[in-house]
Amino acid sequence: MAAKLSVEWINPFIEATEEILNTVAMIEPKRGKLALKKDSTVEYDVSGIIGITGEAVGSIALSFPKKTALKVVSNFTGEEVFGIDADTADAIGELTNMIAGRAKKIFSDKGIKLKISVPNVVIGKNHTIASPKGTPTIVIPFTSEVGDFAIQVSLVPNKSED
Amino acid sequence: MRIITVDDSSTMRRIIKNTLKRIGYGDEILEAENGKEALEILENTDVDLIITDWNMPVMDGLTFVKKVRANKKFDDVPIIMVTTEAAKEDIITALKAGVNNYIVKPFTPQVLKEKIEAVMGLKD
Repeated sequence: MAAKLSVEWINPFIEATEEILNTVAMIEPKRGKLALKKDSTVEYDVSGIIGITGEAVGSIALSFPKKTALKVVSNFTGEEVFGIDADTADAIGELTNMIAGRAKKIFSDKGIKLKISVPNVVIGKNHTIASPKGTPTIVIPFTSEVGDFAIQVSLVPNKSED
Repeated sequence: MRIITVDDSSTMRRIIKNTLKRIGYGDEILEAENGKEALEILENTDVDLIITDWNMPVMDGLTFVKKVRANKKFDDVPIIMVTTEAAKEDIITALKAGVNNYIVKPFTPQVLKEKIEAVMGLKD
């Protein structure tokens, strides 16, 4: 059975998601109920994924249905986009990067040091993101005026960094 | 003023480019996807200001900054780092490597304008 992931590991990612998307994409995300990955049925069309190392190891994914992604990226770049192409994927990667970077700062202020990777972006209708066995994974759904989306946090505290 | 913006994200390069135009620094903007590509451009082209990301594949921003500062041909060019790395220790690391000023993403046009004015003032 996977270990539990306490709220202090989750809340910085929620805070960062709300803050960054509000600042750069001018939307007001409203958080839904947290769900363990195994209970989640959410499927997505495009996801930005960033690896995390340091005092915790894992990843964060920011995932959108196509319709929501197009609206968020249009707001972010100031240019209307009509499809998931390389530029749209790049923008989703950069949004994920900003969210992970903001969360890293919140952890740093609490004395927890993390490192983040460069983003990868997955495109595919109704894809899901698998986590390594034994890594606790929480899906946080959001609603917003431009549609629903979610973040997925998979993290294991790294005792060797204590 | 000739400015080079170094970022692996085409979105960020576009946002920085558009912002530079909005704040009156859009005369000539060069682009590079990583530190290695930027060094190749600097070898052949004089620039007045470098705006670089930190986390990039091939050659990251920190390595790039150190290489710029170690090259007599362009070691005096002001550098602004624009990055998501916002922790205090990251900022200290970047400043020690030779960055003149530091901006945390996301940023406003006003912040970019103020930082450019500050580093160009230092240069004079």
